Amino acid sequence: MIAEFGAFALMLGLAFAIAQFVLSAAGRVRRSSVLAAAGEGAALASFAGVAIAFAVLMHAFVTSDFSVANVAANSHTEKPLLYRVAGTWGSHEGSMLLWDLALTGYGAAMAVFGRSLPRGLKSSAVATQGLLGVVFLAYTVFASNPLIRLARPPVEGRSLNPLLQDPALAVHPPFLYAGYVGMSVVFSLAVAALIEGRVDAAWARWVRPWALAAWSLLTVGITLGAFWAYYELGWGGWWFWDPVENASFMPWLVAAALLHSAIVTEKRGALAGWTVFLGLAAFSFSMLGAFLVRSGVLTSVHAFAVDPKRGVLLLIILGVMAGSAFSLFAWRAPSLNQGGVFAPVSRESALVLNNILLAAATATVLLGTLFPLIREAVTGEPISVGPPYFNLTFTPLMAALILILPAGPLLAWKRGDAHGVAQRLWAAAALAVLAGLGTYALVSPRKAFGALGLALGAWLIAGALAELAERTRAFRVPAAESWRRLTGLPRGAWGMTLAHLGLGVFVIGACFETGWKAEAAETLPLGGTLDVGAYHLVLEKVSPVEGPNYDADRGVITATRNGAFVCRAEPERRLYLANGQTTSEVAICDRGASHLYIVLGEQRDAGGKPVWLVRAYWNPLAMLIFAGPVIMALGGLISLSDRRLRIGVPKRREQAA
Amino acid sequence: MSLLPKSPKARRRLMLVLAIAPVLAIAVGLTLWGLRGSISFFYTPTQAAAAKPPPGRSVQLGGLVEKGSVIKHPDGRVEFTVADQHAADKVVFQGDLPDLFREGQGVVAVGAFRDDGVFEAKNVLAKHDERYMPREVADQLKKQGEWRGGGAMPDYEKAERP
Repeated sequence: MIAEFGAFALMLGLAFAIAQFVLSAAGRVRRSSVLAAAGEGAALASFAGVAIAFAVLMHAFVTSDFSVANVAANSHTEKPLLYRVAGTWGSHEGSMLLWDLALTGYGAAMAVFGRSLPRGLKSSAVATQGLLGVVFLAYTVFASNPLIRLARPPVEGRSLNPLLQDPALAVHPPFLYAGYVGMSVVFSLAVAALIEGRVDAAWARWVRPWALAAWSLLTVGITLGAFWAYYELGWGGWWFWDPVENASFMPWLVAAALLHSAIVTEKRGALAGWTVFLGLAAFSFSMLGAFLVRSGVLTSVHAFAVDPKRGVLLLIILGVMAGSAFSLFAWRAPSLNQGGVFAPVSRESALVLNNILLAAATATVLLGTLFPLIREAVTGEPISVGPPYFNLTFTPLMAALILILPAGPLLAWKRGDAHGVAQRLWAAAALAVLAGLGTYALVSPRKAFGALGLALGAWLIAGALAELAERTRAFRVPAAESWRRLTGLPRGAWGMTLAHLGLGVFVIGACFETGWKAEAAETLPLGGTLDVGAYHLVLEKVSPVEGPNYDADRGVITATRNGAFVCRAEPERRLYLANGQTTSEVAICDRGASHLYIVLGEQRDAGGKPVWLVRAYWNPLAMLIFAGPVIMALGGLISLSDRRLRIGVPKRREQAA
Repeated sequence: MSLLPKSPKARRRLMLVLAIAPVLAIAVGLTLWGLRGSISFFYTPTQAAAAKPPPGRSVQLGGLVEKGSVIKHPDGRVEFTVADQHAADKVVFQGDLPDLFREGQGVVAVGAFRDDGVFEAKNVLAKHDERYMPREVADQLKKQGEWRGGGAMPDYEKAERP
């Protein structure tokens, strides 16, 4: 009965989304605040309906109700509770319901928190969000309903892919989707601005918190995914330029560009059209991501199995939504305010360059992701585009971005003083060069690219600190005065500093790990040894252990360095009983921010004696790769708590004036 | 300065174009260069025999793992044969095969042919469970009339040569 109740709630959610769209649109056309308020009420009701459906599906997973087809296909009674909960969004159908939950949730948030938005803009935005809700809810209800019952329920379910049974991956989709779908608010506000024909500083100020929240959540989501790939897949890597990874990375890049261009629009009234364009692009890339991940058209390590018909449906949704939004843009953009004038050397110019580089980087990633599809459609020859392409195209663009990044915040609006900025940054530049040279000289073997990357990371961090010193006038006024300035800094400033610092930390980690990682693999008998980097590993024993829903071989490997004991690693090789799948459970020894990463492979026979394939990686400073983005996301969240950015503030200030 | 347009608006546009043009040129140049070097073609053994990719060029070889062909050496080397209906290629791979690598099932080996015609794999992709098969393999096998599986799309697992 409860599944039918959930399915009914989902239908109601769809009905209310239709009401949200119709009432808000009518409210806008008739300029009726009653109709507009009804539309906002419908947005809340739509969210409530989807939330109930989502809760029902989660209940079905937790109680292992195998009469629900989706549960039977993706769960198992022996699965631990966390993964039964996470199973709710583990399948295609469930993840689309999560997408709907986020979409209607953001719609409801807009209705509740958008009190200070001008009435017309708000009604248009709520109506647009309602239309998005209608489309995706209709897709869920009619093409991918997770609450459909089975006529003859099985006694036991098929279980979730064991690779996905992992805490980081269990919470990865909610973050990712909250980020992905958060872009829908920006999209709706952009469409509303185009309909209203007005994009000004106030509009940019309303957009920024939503974009900031979505970007921060997406940052966390992507980082969790990379972290999972790092320690769960057991390949020692963390980013594979896989189409599915690119699908979440492209909206991230666009949102990063949007955050910067919205500053220009807010502070100087310029780049209005471009900011709106990015707002439309960000969610279009989110929808493209959903299509790429869920359609099965791409060959991906992580792609999920779906029948291609639904992929085509998602593609049609993407085409119609993005197509009509961009048509609206082409039609209305020329009427938008063109904004202020600025000199070639100014903060505006720096931010424009930032946007050009981010947009170009997004374009290269998009091309690399879609090129195999397009080429196969034209010539019929399947091909793939590998990481070398992305390393060659993406990395130089990002290096250029990193070079200009510390200068941007130090430049004045409208007309900057290049000489003055150079004076303020020479210390940071010297430090970066020294760090690079020092790394090149001291870290063996010598790697020019690694040292260069390290210098770039140091440049970002030192640049961010120099900017902080500039704001607090450190070393030029008494320390107490600097401290007072430091504690009085707006949170937005802290957020920016942290975000830029986090990028520096990430760059250092990524370059160091890529440049100096060491790997070794060999088949070892008991007592066999393997050297990786400066570490000496001994396979002490392998013994069987029993998990909640798997059997495993657990290896005991001791690592020493120059004869001194370092750690005892216990990697496992698990056999999941429900579907006969084996997975490797990596053992990671922390050495500061560096990792000694050990994988136990399959058992083989060497003349009657068992041997095991053991792979080991030395990943120096690998932890920085994940710490950097966390610092960036933290920066975003701190910015978000800035009073000046609070959504209600502009209106109240207007009233006070 | 006389070449610059007089109105500040037009000047700003010119600056914007001047800023965008080199970035765009570099991006396009890098993209073309990158695509030239890192495209990898997909072949079944029959197609590989016809196309004769030069030794050392990175390609993907897809087909079914021939029953009884897998030899696992104690030093970590693995040999197996990837076959379709008309041709077969010997593949060598150093390292841990994907956990779901099995005889008689579809795989994609990423690597290059050696001078002696043996395919040296850097990666081996195998399907995640019974239902899935790499899309290219499925497509090619369907074309060759050797399709014998369900309809689901691929879900890969990868093993990389250390």
